[in-house]
Amino acid sequence: MNDKNSTATTSLDWTGSLPSRPAGGASPAAHPTMPAPHVHFPSAASSAAPSATTRATSEADTSAGQAQLSVTGIKKSYRKGPHEVRVLDGVDLEVYPGEFLAIVGQSGSGKSTLLHLLGTLDRPDAGEVYLGDERIDNISARQRDRLRNDYFGMIFQFYHLLPELTALENVLAPMMIRLSTLGYWTNARRLKRKARALLESVGLGHRIKHKPRELSGGEMQRAAIARALIAKPQVLLADEPTGNLDQETGAEIMHILRTLNREQGLTIIMVTHDAKIACQADRVVQLVSGRVEQVGSG
Amino acid sequence: MYKFLLCLRYLRTRYIALACIISVTLGVATMIVVNSVMSGFGHEMEERMQSMISDLVLESRGHAGFPGAEWHMDAIREVLGDDVVGMTPTVHVPALLDMQVGEQTITREIVLIGIDPKTSPSVSKLSEYMIHPENRDRLSFELREDGFGDRLPRSGWSHRRQRARRNKELAAIYGQQPAADAPEGAAAADEAAPAAAEVADVEAGPVDAGPVDAGWDAPPPADVAAGPLDDWGQEPQPEVFDPERQQNPGVVLGIALSSFRTPDGDERFLNVPGDDVKIAFWLTGMSQRTAVSSDFTIVDFSESKMSEYDARFVFVDIHELQRMRGMIDPTTGVANVSAIQMKLREGVDPNEARQKLQAYFPPQRYAASTWRDKQLPLLEAINMEMIILNILLFMIIAVAGFGILAIFSMIVVEKTKDIGVLKSLGASSGGVMSIFLGYGLSLGLVGSGGGMILGLLFVDNIDLVRRAVEYISGREVFDPTIYYFQEIPTLVEPLTVTWIVCGAMSIAVIASILPAMRAARLQPVEALRYE
Repeated sequence: MNDKNSTATTSLDWTGSLPSRPAGGASPAAHPTMPAPHVHFPSAASSAAPSATTRATSEADTSAGQAQLSVTGIKKSYRKGPHEVRVLDGVDLEVYPGEFLAIVGQSGSGKSTLLHLLGTLDRPDAGEVYLGDERIDNISARQRDRLRNDYFGMIFQFYHLLPELTALENVLAPMMIRLSTLGYWTNARRLKRKARALLESVGLGHRIKHKPRELSGGEMQRAAIARALIAKPQVLLADEPTGNLDQETGAEIMHILRTLNREQGLTIIMVTHDAKIACQADRVVQLVSGRVEQVGSG
Repeated sequence: MYKFLLCLRYLRTRYIALACIISVTLGVATMIVVNSVMSGFGHEMEERMQSMISDLVLESRGHAGFPGAEWHMDAIREVLGDDVVGMTPTVHVPALLDMQVGEQTITREIVLIGIDPKTSPSVSKLSEYMIHPENRDRLSFELREDGFGDRLPRSGWSHRRQRARRNKELAAIYGQQPAADAPEGAAAADEAAPAAAEVADVEAGPVDAGPVDAGWDAPPPADVAAGPLDDWGQEPQPEVFDPERQQNPGVVLGIALSSFRTPDGDERFLNVPGDDVKIAFWLTGMSQRTAVSSDFTIVDFSESKMSEYDARFVFVDIHELQRMRGMIDPTTGVANVSAIQMKLREGVDPNEARQKLQAYFPPQRYAASTWRDKQLPLLEAINMEMIILNILLFMIIAVAGFGILAIFSMIVVEKTKDIGVLKSLGASSGGVMSIFLGYGLSLGLVGSGGGMILGLLFVDNIDLVRRAVEYISGREVFDPTIYYFQEIPTLVEPLTVTWIVCGAMSIAVIASILPAMRAARLQPVEALRYE
């Protein structure tokens, strides 16, 4: 398959070790018109390079190029006591580079689960998750750890900042995880400057030394966004980012996300139950009884 | 990097973990203190034992000893060569000591040891334990005028003269027979048969220089068998023994024999140098068991601070003892001795030397033993005690380990969400595990480090602590009359301290393995799902 050589989908050097998706059955479909996101995330840009792909794109979005992230036939169920609860029952979804996708649904409809599966925090019972061409649901724990660190940024409804660390240290955490102690020390100054700049860009320049408990909800979410961005992710996964905030603060957070998406071409997948928030996205999918029921545009 | 940062932050913010730290700290401190005191105790005791007992001793199995100390010493020199640097003959005999205090006679079981003041210093540090400073330099069995120091202000010849004069005056007043040399109340004592009389079917009285008998009833004539004594007994003693000017053969008592402490801690003496005592001991060379009782004048006390020695050992001049016990062959003039004490050259293995001696001297007649052999039960007991104490104390730290386990498990539960976040940020399971292992290690480090400092400070100021405890509790914690030492001895062995600290740290790490593994296994989704 020469397409693999030409696209490699990615400039993600680490994907070299990922198992390649089976080539059979995929019809080559070129999307030469796929818009290259105007980003300074270089790998994201390269992944958008016009190419032939082994993936068949969904009918829902034929205008876009190759999916950056996609799931096919995802099933996931949880055991609750003796009962098995099927949360996802064959979900197919594709996310394109530079897209701002909102996943809506009622509580318990499986939106968060889907997001976790996309972010490799969990494994599906059945179905496959692809990052570009590479299947990522069955890779080793080590590769998933690296993927989460390198490729995805995540923000949560409850911010999930580490309470022992200051805002700056929280933002630096992904870099501390990525680099060895020595590597971190040698780069500490540069990284700190960058973290500070990120905090300033989300309007938290005055709260750098504060611990999470000294911050308001909105400030914590901003810090969480800065943390998600420091590792230069290609995809931002946001789990109800405004769910715990008042309307005004939520609007500010959404503004930040939209700006990131628009100005930096960051792919954002956001889970929300709030239709008003969801409609600010480029595209909205709804999860009903474990399936992608309705697809609309924001 | 995040591991160190989080370890550090957890250490600083989780005060519950301080509970584990404190238990580790106390455990380590206790172990260090106990070990230091125990080894100080053991070390000091060994030192003292060894200073009183010589390195190696060749002794007769029989009661009568062996003749010819010189010949034996030559033989030993031949066997051991340069390894032996000093030798002295001794005579040992179990004896009873009678002290006249007021109107009562106090009897003590003792070991009467005849030593050679000339050669003894080459073998043991005995003379260093004398009270009188001049005796420390050169041991003499002649009573000194005075100068026994602050502890014994009224001792020596001055005391003896004063006492004799008073006795004379008392005798004049009451018109009793002259209680010449006896301490106060001796007049009454002369009625009471000396305790030794029970065993003495033959009193050595008559040969024992008449004047000595001034205080007691004249015994029947001696058995002829007390032959060698005749030499002594026949010495012309024309004048009556005058305690104001004369002394009996000198004797050095272990200080605990004639001193005691009041509950307030004051030292009191039953007798002082210058007073007379009676000692009853076996004669040798008898077909029949025969004991004699003889008067001696205390010339000094020895204080080794080993109460086992201080309460049992009484020293006299070996020649005097040989003569009294009839150990000198009247025809050849060769004297018997009980043992030859030896000092070995530094670095010589006493066991090896002992074996050489055992091979040379027939074991049926001679026993060679090192000072360690002599004190083996005691040394073994100390050793055993130390091992058991260490095991028990280490269990305390192990208990602290379970505390760490419990509290760590709680912290892992509490930190479930954070663990999920770390994993969502790309932290590996190993990374999460090492956070908690590192946390355990740093707890152990802080705990045992603190314990080490606390323990060493405690040991360093142990006397202060003792006094504080005594002040608070109102009772004596360390009674020098019970223990061997005036002060609590301590000896810090760096190796032991290292072992204790390392042991405590490894327990802390081992205890954190289980919670750390649990944290590492946590699925990020499970950690994040419920909020």
